[in-house]
Amino acid sequence: MASPRDDLAIMSRKDLTARVVGKLKNDEAVVAGIGNTNFDLLDAGHRPQNFYMLGSMGLAAPIALGVALAQPGRNVFGLEGDGSILMNLGTLTTIAAQAPSNLTIIIWDNGLYQITGKQETATSSVTDIVAVAAGCGIPNSAWATDENHFESLVETAINTHGPHFIAARVDDASATARPERNPVLWKDRFMVGIGSKPVQS
Amino acid sequence: MNWSDQLLESLRSNDVDLTIYVPDEVLTPLIRGAEDDPNMEAFPASREEEAIGIAAGAALGGRRSVVLMQSSGYGNSVNALASLAVPYQLPILMIIGERGVLGEFNPVQVPISRSIRPSLDAMGIPHRTLEREDEVAAVADRMMLQCFRTQLPAVLFINALLTGGKNDR
Repeated sequence: MASPRDDLAIMSRKDLTARVVGKLKNDEAVVAGIGNTNFDLLDAGHRPQNFYMLGSMGLAAPIALGVALAQPGRNVFGLEGDGSILMNLGTLTTIAAQAPSNLTIIIWDNGLYQITGKQETATSSVTDIVAVAAGCGIPNSAWATDENHFESLVETAINTHGPHFIAARVDDASATARPERNPVLWKDRFMVGIGSKPVQS
Repeated sequence: MNWSDQLLESLRSNDVDLTIYVPDEVLTPLIRGAEDDPNMEAFPASREEEAIGIAAGAALGGRRSVVLMQSSGYGNSVNALASLAVPYQLPILMIIGERGVLGEFNPVQVPISRSIRPSLDAMGIPHRTLEREDEVAAVADRMMLQCFRTQLPAVLFINALLTGGKNDR
């Protein structure tokens, strides 16, 4: 069966990450998954409301869900690669069941476990991750057909009730930025950035 | 008060208002109590490591939560503890219903049960085992306080001596 994915433009993950950040105007929280996903987020310019996941592959969406439940007045974005979301598909059912209106999951789908040596994932051949999300019960699930469509999906996610699920076919360019490997530093900056911890003088 | 009501009271007094669980028969009174509490949000996760991730996000957002699971599910949560909760210093409070101990009838429950405490010790995660009803409130209250104040995960085991365990007869 042909997937709609087959006809989609392959876009630059780095460019799309910068486009997400460019749309954020209200201190939205962004949780970025392991590897190139969080490297590119840093490359787009550090924001205090960014959380960089240095390990725990597959947990960007659950962490984003937790932040969304803790701060229902703030929009929360979870960014994950295709290999990462495949590791924890069950979380899409939890997100669908809890349906937090302030949560958006964005999947960068290059069909590869890129950082481990570019082994192919199931999305490169048979699995349509948007169909998976819709089947799990997230009705606002969509493929981005090109850069302009991607930006309009992000705007819709910011301005309407979610949860939202956006997937984009992306390239496998290696990200150049690297967050400092200091978990507590990023935790503290994120918590201060989203107001869950006071600034220490 | 029975053990589950004491635990619910400790959760309330420690400002925990989010319960994320992977179902377990011996923890059923606690799960039901959490779901029936109008001030507690309670829902299931599909897998234990996912539950740890949700609790981690809640902690980052400033909300206190508890993760409930069966001992067999601990094995599904180790990487989330080792590469997220511990190095990021996140207060993940876990209550684990114990299988594989006194009175166990199913051999597959035993090996993971024997591995949990050495694994927690290796990661430096404190744990206490509740076996008697008269110790529940004091131990649980202090463990929760320690978890949230030290910003480190902590585990309470609910032993079969306390719950009666799961009976196959």
